[in-house]
Amino acid sequence: MALMDFINRLLGRQAPSASTARQRLQLVLAHDRSDLNPELLEQMRREILEVVSRYVEIDTAAGDVSLETEDRVTALVANLPILRARPVEPAPPDETGPPAEQPPVPPEPEWVEPPAD
Amino acid sequence: MTSANARLILICSGKGGVGKTTLTANLGIALARQGESVAVLDADFGLRNLDLLLGLENRIIYTAQDVLAGTCRLEQALVRHKQQPTLSLLPAGNPRMLEWITPDDMRRIAALLAEQFRFVLIDCPAGIEDGFRNAAAAAEEAIVVTTPEVSAVRDADRVIGLLNSMGVKPVQLVLNRVRPEMMANQEMLSVTDVTDILALPLLGLVQEDKQVIVSTNKGEPLTLGEPSTPAGCAYQNVARRLRGDAVPIVDPSTERRGLRSRLRKLMTTRIF
Repeated sequence: MALMDFINRLLGRQAPSASTARQRLQLVLAHDRSDLNPELLEQMRREILEVVSRYVEIDTAAGDVSLETEDRVTALVANLPILRARPVEPAPPDETGPPAEQPPVPPEPEWVEPPAD
Repeated sequence: MTSANARLILICSGKGGVGKTTLTANLGIALARQGESVAVLDADFGLRNLDLLLGLENRIIYTAQDVLAGTCRLEQALVRHKQQPTLSLLPAGNPRMLEWITPDDMRRIAALLAEQFRFVLIDCPAGIEDGFRNAAAAAEEAIVVTTPEVSAVRDADRVIGLLNSMGVKPVQLVLNRVRPEMMANQEMLSVTDVTDILALPLLGLVQEDKQVIVSTNKGEPLTLGEPSTPAGCAYQNVARRLRGDAVPIVDPSTERRGLRSRLRKLMTTRIF
């Protein structure tokens, strides 16, 4: 907070709104530029969470998948706090293909999680 | 398609009312005063206004439409400016024309103008539909006009995307209606906010200026005489930069020095 914000607050004046304008604009432009509608983005977000949570246990409440844009380049940014790694059992088993190589087991799994169904 | 040394410049914005036509008129006159031969083409067939801002509304006999239809020669449709005879206006046609004009028509007109003039400024209609696409088809480079407001910047961004996909370049930015006081108080998007977001080189900064309204009332662009007001000077500088002069851009919101600016700096420093 700057001194001016503080004085504004004391005097009950409205806070400067330029940063609000900038943030709102950046968000809306990220969506405009990617041409993704909100439902599609939401679906993608759900599927990304689903895939990631097969491997690690993530904090879905704190997680965030969003579009960010800088210099006319839009990026999909996923910020997914990992609670802990899941033991073994990576991707869904491929029934027809050759047996998949078992990935290395994380060292010293101190806990056992029932596999998600 | 065009003669080697003509510059076909689209002046566009996406959003209406941000100052496209005012820029076209002032820039056209300024370039002409700086010794260039200039044609301004009103590509806004729906809502033409360039004639009015240049004070030429009573002298229109033929329009771009007549040139395309072959009912007159280009020379007959061009309206030469009285005080600045190196500037000519090619008026837009009838609004009914809008439905059947094509990008090729606009290219034909631009090519005709490019044979005779060094600068061809194309005043683009608002929006991103056919009118925009027709006008943009005739251009080789573009100036995007915007104001430091969220809606204008958003629309400018759409237009920049379309211009990029059409291969129009360079695309440069004119930031219009700047209010230095509001910017300094962070009540308005700053110059760097807008240039960072749109990622375009800045060609000019034009301050909000009451004299713009006075000049449009009279149909006499600010650049017609030696400009004495902030906006008039800014338009003149845009013209000079367009011709390759290195005129520095001064951000009026950070320009003031001395006690006030030091106080302002203190007031906006983060304290916690």
